[in-house]
Amino acid sequence: MRRIPAFTGMTGREVRRIMLKIEQAYWLIALFLAGAAWLNLRERRWSHAGFWLVLAALMAGGKYVLDATAAHQHLPAQLAGVGVIALAALSPRMKRGHLVERDAAAREADANRLGHRLFGPAVLIPLVTLLVALFGAYVVIGSVHLFDPVRMTLTGLALACVIALIAALWVTRAKPAAGLAEGRRLLDTLGWAALLPLTLAALGGVFAATGVGAAISDLVRMMIPVDSAFACVIAYGLGMVLFTVIMGNAFAAFPVLTAGVGLPLLIHLHGANPAILGSLGMLTGYCGTLFTPMAANFNIVPVALLELPNQNDVIRAQWKTGAALLVVNLGLMYFLVFRF
Amino acid sequence: MTALLHWLPLLGVLVVVIGFALRFNPVPVVVVAGIVSGLAAGKSIGEILALIGNSFVSERALLLFVLTLPAIGVLERAGLREHVSNWIATLRGLTLPRLLMVYLAIRQILAMLGLYDVAGHAQTVRPLLAPMAEGAAEKRGAPLNTQERNDVRAFSAATDNIGRFFGEDVFIALGAVLLIQGFYSQHGIELEPLQIALWALPTAIAAFVIHAIRTVLFARRIRTNAQTGTITSSRPGNGRDSVPGTDKTNAPDSRLHGNDGA
Repeated sequence: MRRIPAFTGMTGREVRRIMLKIEQAYWLIALFLAGAAWLNLRERRWSHAGFWLVLAALMAGGKYVLDATAAHQHLPAQLAGVGVIALAALSPRMKRGHLVERDAAAREADANRLGHRLFGPAVLIPLVTLLVALFGAYVVIGSVHLFDPVRMTLTGLALACVIALIAALWVTRAKPAAGLAEGRRLLDTLGWAALLPLTLAALGGVFAATGVGAAISDLVRMMIPVDSAFACVIAYGLGMVLFTVIMGNAFAAFPVLTAGVGLPLLIHLHGANPAILGSLGMLTGYCGTLFTPMAANFNIVPVALLELPNQNDVIRAQWKTGAALLVVNLGLMYFLVFRF
Repeated sequence: MTALLHWLPLLGVLVVVIGFALRFNPVPVVVVAGIVSGLAAGKSIGEILALIGNSFVSERALLLFVLTLPAIGVLERAGLREHVSNWIATLRGLTLPRLLMVYLAIRQILAMLGLYDVAGHAQTVRPLLAPMAEGAAEKRGAPLNTQERNDVRAFSAATDNIGRFFGEDVFIALGAVLLIQGFYSQHGIELEPLQIALWALPTAIAAFVIHAIRTVLFARRIRTNAQTGTITSSRPGNGRDSVPGTDKTNAPDSRLHGNDGA
């Protein structure tokens, strides 16, 4: 394991040595993707091979791109942009064919032989992640911190995956190559859906930088009678939902709608309580997350992971909960924000 | 001219809406929308490429879940899903609504503690929750048909989402609450994180109650599907009490009838 010194603290004099950082997890992802690309290359599945290879390069080169941008060099970021466009061009060719799995009888026989031992590695993933999240900050060897406090839970998740893979190979007596082969089978099952959350996040960045948010909140304000507190609550709540549905992310909707509608109309004009408004406004946005394919990591990735036939199957299962909760939230907002 | 420039970037939103409505592959739709928005806002190609590239690599954490795939793939190769499903079938008290409600509660509590990456669609739903739910659903005495199996899986994924979303906002140390606090502080309103987090509790409770009720209704629908299916194909009233073996022989054609009716 490489030791990477990192500077933290206000003074800049305190040097903290850290063993495990999120950056290493990205390198691990790049390695896995490159391995999957190689397996696809051997089978002459050119599009899949190219797709995973470009994504591997973006994963491995991400920090370099961000550092270069911080130093006002724009070429690496532009190259990354070209990479994203290449991924978009390859996506329609990533047909989600079901790759051959081991036959059901062999799996059933293994299941009967191994029994509960199969649970161990599966449970290790959430368990190790939990332990790192709770106690990771206290693990210090000499003067070296084992985990970087930045994104520690996610670093823990990456470590948990490595430990779980080793445990899984040990329990099932499978060859290490099976880890890559089976991982690649699931990765190809996911196909472009694995990429969609990142692409949408990139779109969110573009929307924010091009003033889409300001235009939408102006649109909302043009349509409502501002002297009615009720109309303002409804406009703020439904605006949060609408904007979350478009962006796929309530975090992106919140500053736009609260600056455009919540702050001037509800807080300043009608005297709403900001803490309640902020909290319930965000949660109203979360209801929108349940309705939209744009929230790909929650609504589209599981469709691919669970091999469901229709892209909107998960949304179909959850929209009624979201709609009922939306009504509850709007009611809570109207009755609470002007009272406290 | 300036007024037009103000509204033009909305063309990107239009591209997304049309692209999703026409069911084009979402990845190129999203990238094209970004380019359209950028051009409409008067940015150069170079600026747009840099913007897309930077935004993309800043969100690399969204791909971390793929690291779970090798371990889960190896376990599935050795029959993890089959074993989970068989094992749940032997636990008499663990019905489908109880399983999903317990998962929902645990997921909400973990998210409230800030531990929302502990569970998830790749980490827990595909390898554990979905096969458990399938096993629990099959306790009705008849195997699930393809449509029902997909419904149970989709409902499991939905339960994970709802537990995560409506627990997360109660957690004070990062994420939503800090975003809200930071936003207000930029606009001259100082709030304590705890003030914000506490007002998320009523919604968290409402989310649990609403989804728990829907879970019960969903499980009832899955159960009665099997009973009506049995009635059309064999003796009436035998649905739940009959020996599983006999049900299995009846199941295929009764399931088809059930599907035609729905």
